[in-house]
Amino acid sequence: MNIINILEEIEKVDAEVYERLNPRREAMKSFYGFGSKVALAALPMALGSMFKKAYGQTSTSVIDVLNFALTLEYIEYNFYQTGINTSGLIPAGTPAVAAINNIRDHELAHVNLLKGAITASGGTPVSYTAASFDFTAKGNFPTVFSDYPTFLAVAQVFEDTGVRAYKGQATALMGSPSVLQTALQIHSVEARHASHIRQMRKAPAGGGLTALKPWITGANDSGVAAAAASYAGEDNVVQLDINIPSLGFSVSASTEAFDEPLTMPQVLAIASLFIK
Amino acid sequence: MKSLQEQETELLHKESGILTAKLQRRSFLQYAGAGVAGVALIAAGCKKDHNTTPGLDTGVDLGSGDIGILNYAYALEQLEGAFYDAVVKSPYANIPANELALLTDIRDHELAHREFFKKALATSAIVGLQVDFSSINFADRTSVLNAAKTFEDLGVTAYNGAGKLIKTAKYLEVAGKIVSVEARHAALIRDLILNGSFADATAIDANGLDGARTPIQVLTMAKTYLKTSINASNLPTS
Repeated sequence: MNIINILEEIEKVDAEVYERLNPRREAMKSFYGFGSKVALAALPMALGSMFKKAYGQTSTSVIDVLNFALTLEYIEYNFYQTGINTSGLIPAGTPAVAAINNIRDHELAHVNLLKGAITASGGTPVSYTAASFDFTAKGNFPTVFSDYPTFLAVAQVFEDTGVRAYKGQATALMGSPSVLQTALQIHSVEARHASHIRQMRKAPAGGGLTALKPWITGANDSGVAAAAASYAGEDNVVQLDINIPSLGFSVSASTEAFDEPLTMPQVLAIASLFIK
Repeated sequence: MKSLQEQETELLHKESGILTAKLQRRSFLQYAGAGVAGVALIAAGCKKDHNTTPGLDTGVDLGSGDIGILNYAYALEQLEGAFYDAVVKSPYANIPANELALLTDIRDHELAHREFFKKALATSAIVGLQVDFSSINFADRTSVLNAAKTFEDLGVTAYNGAGKLIKTAKYLEVAGKIVSVEARHAALIRDLILNGSFADATAIDANGLDGARTPIQVLTMAKTYLKTSINASNLPTS
């Protein structure tokens, strides 16, 4: 327990921390009395209470993030399950069957994990069924469950978007280390899925997109014009104010080496196309 | 040689002095007067966590706090970069063109990560590490791809475990930008070894989660490939 370190760390992300902890604020007033009135051993709890008052943060925001993630996992799970249930879509007798089943299993596991976490945190998990979704995205992908390459194209967009969505929420979970770690552990699984789906699309049966890579080159490399919003900003080449090409790398490598986040509103705008 | 207790006592005095100096500088702390002074004493009385681990407690000091974590990532990227550099410079026999192209891409990504960290850390960056790839047969595809799989899966679990140790939002964000690229690499390398193994049960648990390892766990595995000794004892543990 080191309040100086805590305050300095907070100052790094919130330059106004001292202002928030200003004596005019109720939080600081209550803090004053502790020196004499409260046993020093109780300080950790008292500090938690002080910060909560100063920032007005409760676990509500974490539950919001978890429900956001759960919504995306429901979309993915139901997408793959519908594809698996559609006779003749995924070429029988090929490795594609096991791959899509494996991915489906992960998405279902994520749904169950997130539901449990939300309930355990005192929240109410959102609930969706297959009937909740329109995977044609309001007519953008009319053949999503009849044309295998289109199915894989939409799968790629879901996975790449999912990666970006989790990435965008990481900093919102900094106050909940275990939730942050779990989110990161889901995030990298989605990236593994994206990598494999991209490889599947390179194969002749998957669309024969031989130029497609397991990583994202530039912005929208999906070949799906309607997916532009899912790749907006992926062509960024500046990280922490450092221009990566200036370090001696091609623009392509510079964009591939760093995946970019999407904000919750950006992702929800994309997701809303698939929710009836 | 001083006893551990003596060293800790000295450290505590030193930290106490630093805290006192900061107290004087921080005007806001004056508001709280004796209350905060009490806290400072408590803080000074709580020794910092030191992950002193045999084999990881002497050598190149990664440092503490976020700098330590960034140096930890820099060390891992140095390792990966050196590995793929060696792979691409002398590829195994009969390597298919598309496979070489993919490995070259990965080489470029790892070198970009390495140079990025070096630049971002500036004067805080650790030195260039000497690698030991004597256990890898670069002429043999299986040996190379298995080593690549080890590095990529290890990298993913390293970033996944380090995220919660990062205190500065922009550093967490950039770590997030890198880890998913490592996961894309890991999946591709696994598919090159055995198509469909991109996220099999050896990488992903029953909850659909990828792994997460502490820096000590990661460095214990990584030091097999390092000639340079690493001191990770000042890295944060929570």
